[in-house]
Amino acid sequence: MIFLKLIVTNLRRHRIRSFISVAGIAFSVAAMLTVVTILQGAIGMFTGILSSDSEIIVFERNVSDLFFSNVPAEALQEISRWPMVAHADPVLFGIVSSSDQPIITCFGVTAADARIHNAVWIAGDKLTFAQHPDDVVLGERAAEFLSAKPGDHVPIGHGVFHVIGILKTANGFEDGGVFMPLNSAQSFFHKDGASSVITIKLRNKDDATPFKTMVKATYPNLIALEDAEFTRSYSQFRILKATAWAVGGCGLLMGGLGVANTMIMSVFTRIREIAILRVCGFSNTQIAVMIFGESAVISLFGALWGLLTGTCLLLALKMVPALHGYVDVTIQPVVLLIVIVLALLTGIAGAFYPAAYAMRLRAVEALRFE
Amino acid sequence: MSRQNRIVLRAEDVWKSYDDGAIAVLKGASLEVAAGQTVALCGPSGCGKSTLLHHFGGLDSPDCGHISVNGVEVNRHRNLLGLLRHEVGFVFQLHNLIPDLTLAENCLIPTVAARTNRVDAQARLHQLAERTGLTHRLNQRIQKLSGGERQRTALCRALMNKPKILLADEPTGSLDEESSGAVFELLLDIVATEGVTLVMATHDRSLARRCDRLLEMHDGRIHEPVSS
Repeated sequence: MIFLKLIVTNLRRHRIRSFISVAGIAFSVAAMLTVVTILQGAIGMFTGILSSDSEIIVFERNVSDLFFSNVPAEALQEISRWPMVAHADPVLFGIVSSSDQPIITCFGVTAADARIHNAVWIAGDKLTFAQHPDDVVLGERAAEFLSAKPGDHVPIGHGVFHVIGILKTANGFEDGGVFMPLNSAQSFFHKDGASSVITIKLRNKDDATPFKTMVKATYPNLIALEDAEFTRSYSQFRILKATAWAVGGCGLLMGGLGVANTMIMSVFTRIREIAILRVCGFSNTQIAVMIFGESAVISLFGALWGLLTGTCLLLALKMVPALHGYVDVTIQPVVLLIVIVLALLTGIAGAFYPAAYAMRLRAVEALRFE
Repeated sequence: MSRQNRIVLRAEDVWKSYDDGAIAVLKGASLEVAAGQTVALCGPSGCGKSTLLHHFGGLDSPDCGHISVNGVEVNRHRNLLGLLRHEVGFVFQLHNLIPDLTLAENCLIPTVAARTNRVDAQARLHQLAERTGLTHRLNQRIQKLSGGERQRTALCRALMNKPKILLADEPTGSLDEESSGAVFELLLDIVATEGVTLVMATHDRSLARRCDRLLEMHDGRIHEPVSS
């Protein structure tokens, strides 16, 4: 109890300094949590687009981005006929711009696609989709920023399209996107007969491995991955995740430097006290535990404050209309754990030098310290 | 050997200098203190009184010569923690208490270091607080105590783990005459009751004369006046 009080006493003694250190860790944790959670949510959304009513994705091997993938129509026709396949849906991704929006994602899909059938149609009739090459369906947010309603003609890229419906989806990418008939998209993006990916629904999930083997044997230029495999291995996701953790890590490093500064000051301003503890029989370990304990308390409070701030920030971002559907506030437990552990480790790392300094202090010299 | 004659502190031809020999503090200091004795070290500032006490407590080591406590040489190989936790207690001129803690918490610090059973520690605290008249002040913060009370607290802290040797470095040096006399009376009373050996550095000769031995220290050496 007294040991704990020795730890807390010094933090209370320099309240402003302690507060600033806690705030440093808190803002770092909040930044890391926000960036990582937004990114995880974005990845989840993108994966959601691909895995809509399917288990496997087939795309061109060794492409850096799915936008550059070309799966030939022959492959689609052949794979669709394989007995283990319940259905195979081609999707062509494209990016265009309009007068106000620099980036609009286009989805070229067939009328049978689950994305069209499973979405909530706010306006229009899903049965009319793909009956005319210039027809498009807009996501709710896309309709908002294009100020379009069914019956309007909207300029998208170098073309003008007729809006036949508006659909609502929980997925930010889809909600801000434009759905075109596959043939129109292939023509629009100069990818005649090709799609970016084929999403596969198997009759029996156990056939995933034989299916992947067959794709590899039949189409060496293509690769088939299960949804979870795709999320893990897709290089863009890996780069994004690494970037998010690196940005968060930099923030935490700054927080750690704050803790180090506080702990150094904490040791320097009570050299005499540490000397007295030594004279009273405190061992090096006990001195170190006291210093590390102080930094752990700072980190713990900083982490809790940061988690609260980060969650509030995510909730606030979720309410921003422009980000509707892009921000997922579901904080994964593993992210939570990693953030807390990193915050604690940062705090402890920040206390290494001060603890080593305190342990090296010779009581007889420190007692003369004014 | 009788308890009274058993030598508990011994310094043999101890030399100590600082700043690579530029400042020589102890120049062949030798001293033997028997168990239960009260010894006063007098001398001008800088003559080496505090340095010698630090050597007895294992806080400093001699350049040459030998220091032993309870017959065991104090050097780098000895269990210095054990020495500080159980064998010697220190009282300084400045009380050196932790201001944000209460009187009781300050006193309990050595028991935390020694990992003493909490019940035993509390019992010892109350025993010493009663002896020093501090029972009613146990939960007071140090800032609220008078100079005399602070020094009595420091005395309690030094004796918490029942050391048999008390090293006091000008324990009344920062007190007024009245408080100084009261604290010294208490110090002598407690060391006598607890059977503690006391070595005290002081400038106050009137107090020093009340110890069993009064030693003069000059230029890093110890001289025992015949009259003492």
